[in-house]
Amino acid sequence: MRLLQILLLRLAMMAITLFGAAVIVFVVIRVVPGNPIAMMLPPGATDEDIARLTAHYGLDKSIPEQFVVWLTGVLKGDFGTSISLRQPVMPLVLGRLPATLELSIFALVLAVIIGGAMALTGTRFRGGRTEAVIDVANGAGLSIPDFLWALVLILTLGVLYPVFHISGRISPSLELPFTTQFYVFESLLRLRFDLWWDLLKHMFMPALALAIPLAAIIGQLLKQSLKETMHLDYVVLARTKGYGENHVILFEALRNAVLPTLTLIGVQFTFLIGGTVIIERLFSYEGLGNMAIDAVINRDLPLIQGIVLVFALLFTVVNLVVDLTYALLNPRLRNA
Amino acid sequence: MRDARGTVRRKAGLKLWLSGGWLALIALLTLAAGWVSPHDPLAQDLFAGRLPPFWVDGAEPGYLLGTDSLGRDVLSRIIYGGRVALGVALIAGVSTAIVGSVLGLIAGYYRGWADAVISRLVDIWMAFPPVLFAILLIAVLGTGLWSIIIAIIVIDWTRFCRVVRAETMNQSQMDYVSSAVVAGHVRTAILWREIGPNVLPTIVALLTLEMGIAVIVEAILSFVNLSISTDAPTWGGMIAEGRISIHQAWWVLVCPLIVLFLTVLAFSQFGEGLKDRFDPVLR
Amino acid sequence: MTCFLEIDNLSAIIRGSNDRLLRSVSLQVNIGEVHGLVGESGAGKSMIGKAVLGILPAAVEIVEGQVRLDGQDLFALNPNDRRRLIGTKAALIPQDPLTALNPSRRIGAQITDRLVDILGWTKHDAANRAAELLVEVHISDPERVLASYPHELSGGMRQRVLIASAFAANPQLVIADEPTTALDVTVQKQILRLIRELQLRHGTAMLFVTHDLGVVSKICQRLSVLFAGKIVEQADVAQFYSNPGHEYSKALMVATPKYTEPLTSLMPVDESVISAVTEEIEAADREWRGA
Repeated sequence: MRLLQILLLRLAMMAITLFGAAVIVFVVIRVVPGNPIAMMLPPGATDEDIARLTAHYGLDKSIPEQFVVWLTGVLKGDFGTSISLRQPVMPLVLGRLPATLELSIFALVLAVIIGGAMALTGTRFRGGRTEAVIDVANGAGLSIPDFLWALVLILTLGVLYPVFHISGRISPSLELPFTTQFYVFESLLRLRFDLWWDLLKHMFMPALALAIPLAAIIGQLLKQSLKETMHLDYVVLARTKGYGENHVILFEALRNAVLPTLTLIGVQFTFLIGGTVIIERLFSYEGLGNMAIDAVINRDLPLIQGIVLVFALLFTVVNLVVDLTYALLNPRLRNA
Repeated sequence: MRDARGTVRRKAGLKLWLSGGWLALIALLTLAAGWVSPHDPLAQDLFAGRLPPFWVDGAEPGYLLGTDSLGRDVLSRIIYGGRVALGVALIAGVSTAIVGSVLGLIAGYYRGWADAVISRLVDIWMAFPPVLFAILLIAVLGTGLWSIIIAIIVIDWTRFCRVVRAETMNQSQMDYVSSAVVAGHVRTAILWREIGPNVLPTIVALLTLEMGIAVIVEAILSFVNLSISTDAPTWGGMIAEGRISIHQAWWVLVCPLIVLFLTVLAFSQFGEGLKDRFDPVLR
Repeated sequence: MTCFLEIDNLSAIIRGSNDRLLRSVSLQVNIGEVHGLVGESGAGKSMIGKAVLGILPAAVEIVEGQVRLDGQDLFALNPNDRRRLIGTKAALIPQDPLTALNPSRRIGAQITDRLVDILGWTKHDAANRAAELLVEVHISDPERVLASYPHELSGGMRQRVLIASAFAANPQLVIADEPTTALDVTVQKQILRLIRELQLRHGTAMLFVTHDLGVVSKICQRLSVLFAGKIVEQADVAQFYSNPGHEYSKALMVATPKYTEPLTSLMPVDESVISAVTEEIEAADREWRGA
């Protein structure tokens, strides 16, 4: 019962946050000095043409009016038409969303694996040189943003020793039998491991660049939590039962130490998703972030709005999932 | 038994010296750009195009780090690019710190509806991917140095606000505040005179981090061509150009990248070093 | 009576220093016997138990002596074998029931894990055994408790669970580390009785760590009095209470509040006694360093 109450409350907060985000985007963009319509038409277009198109896109009405029009449209599922791409916004956005989702999730998985491994190894061999090395690595990961890691990766693993691809989502020569845009997922379902491997080779570097900062955060925080937990009485008691160091770390300490790290992962994951904007651009990866940059450069208002809303929605969903997971893992919150 | 305090202090000292040294070096070079720079950063010489740096065969004297496709000296462009980077770092960093910290102090100390409003604002704000927000704002504000600075303030004030708010709430509960209240001091006075100075170390450490972030944001924006509007070189712009000719002239990408890397690293390590040095627990 | 635990001349220091935390401690505990370790806080009583069980803090190092469990020299074994030996033949009843249970695991799992993982029992057998044990410690609804999480139980209940868990693998040595200190006074007596009951029933050797001389008189057959990590007196309990040998022991007895008598004044241990013992200790240290 309590869980349901929490859920409903969070959904309400989500709605408010999204609404706030929508308002901000709407207002901010309308202040744009450039006229997108004028940019779209060929030179020599008459004022009449400009006026007609402006009316067509509803840009001649007052700002509050435009907002109401847009909002009612959104509630009906109509997000307007992209000015630069001349197609309905939602299908465009939803078309690119899976690529960004797959990239973000792959990055998250990498971050958890790398960060977790660093934390566990640092705890297992604490107090010695191993831990010192891990601390230095974590420090580097924490101070350098994903943008720079991406560039370093491009240089080393893309140009100097070309192991991975530095551009695109999949090799252009391959024929794609997919029905959805969830390439990675579908290629597994269809057992097309050749395609799956090609996709992974393209995604690896952008995902790694996104993952490194998060991995460093996980590595540092989890290691700290683990080391503190190792001093607790129940862990010491487990040792007297005959369990070795590895078991004690993995099965007694970990499930308690992981909780604070989890909430942090949630917040940082939203930053990771935000990072896809520039990383996708760097790797020419056909995702939402890449489309966003073009949309802004072209002052494509409807498209920008749609993309920003989808991002905001993603963030709030992630926060919700994190809170629920925390409640599930912490027995004290579950039944109380 | 090893003295934990001493070890941390020594490491903090080293961090401070190395990072501070690098930052001082960059600052000096960029300030004295006119005298120090070997060439005019905008001067093109198509006959001297794509010359490699001095340690590679085929290099020419006078072009220490080589030239780009248009024959412009990479070293000079890096030095001038530093002006933009450090200028943005300083102004944007400090401004963001002021705005965010003030709001954080107010929210953390006065609580009540001020805190409710500010916290909600922070939540909504943080629902935006920062890079997207930045690009959006630049599209609105137009390109240019001031647009970047304003964009950084508008996007990143929440970083200071959150931390300062938490720290203020923490300090508010401490005994020295209660004694000040008991002694009859005005609330506002307590905030600025008692709590402020104790929150200051946190703010300063965060400030160096923010300056590093500002440098990155400027680099990203100049990478996507939305930075300053003149032809003046920027590190991000050089990286974007270098990306194109990466196979033919790798140094055009690598040199500014390394400088950018080291500068951002230096800012964050300087902040870490300051934090360690002035951590009241270790003092 | 066979000797199960033998500690011979055990000394321990803080790494990097020369100060001893344990000073040439020697004692023996036979099967079925309860040996009390008494002393003020910081005297090193818990440290001895931790040294036996292999859970000394990382900063503490053993520099001298032997510990023999069932005839086997613990320090001569490799770490894996040592761990196994301790896990199968010994157990700990910890001091603080609030922190000694893993908050994220159910009670049942925390009692059966040793049986299944270390001793190789089937889950079914282990579960039955856990239920039996809970009955032994007078918990009326064992099934519910086994399925519970620690935070759902009271302090007294948790200590019962910990006692049950300690006796789960039929250990031949149980170390009780101030098991009633963290409990309410009303519960203390019950728990003490419970521990005594189980110890008698299972015939375990027991090392009972406490600062309360009153408790020792009720449960132990022999005792060692500790001061600053050194055993200043070791005797049979009956003899000790009628005629304590050492000055410090006498002072401790006097200082112990007797609930049956009216409270005249609380008498701390006399300063002169402390200085006398301290001199004794320093002399012992000089001798040790010289050797």
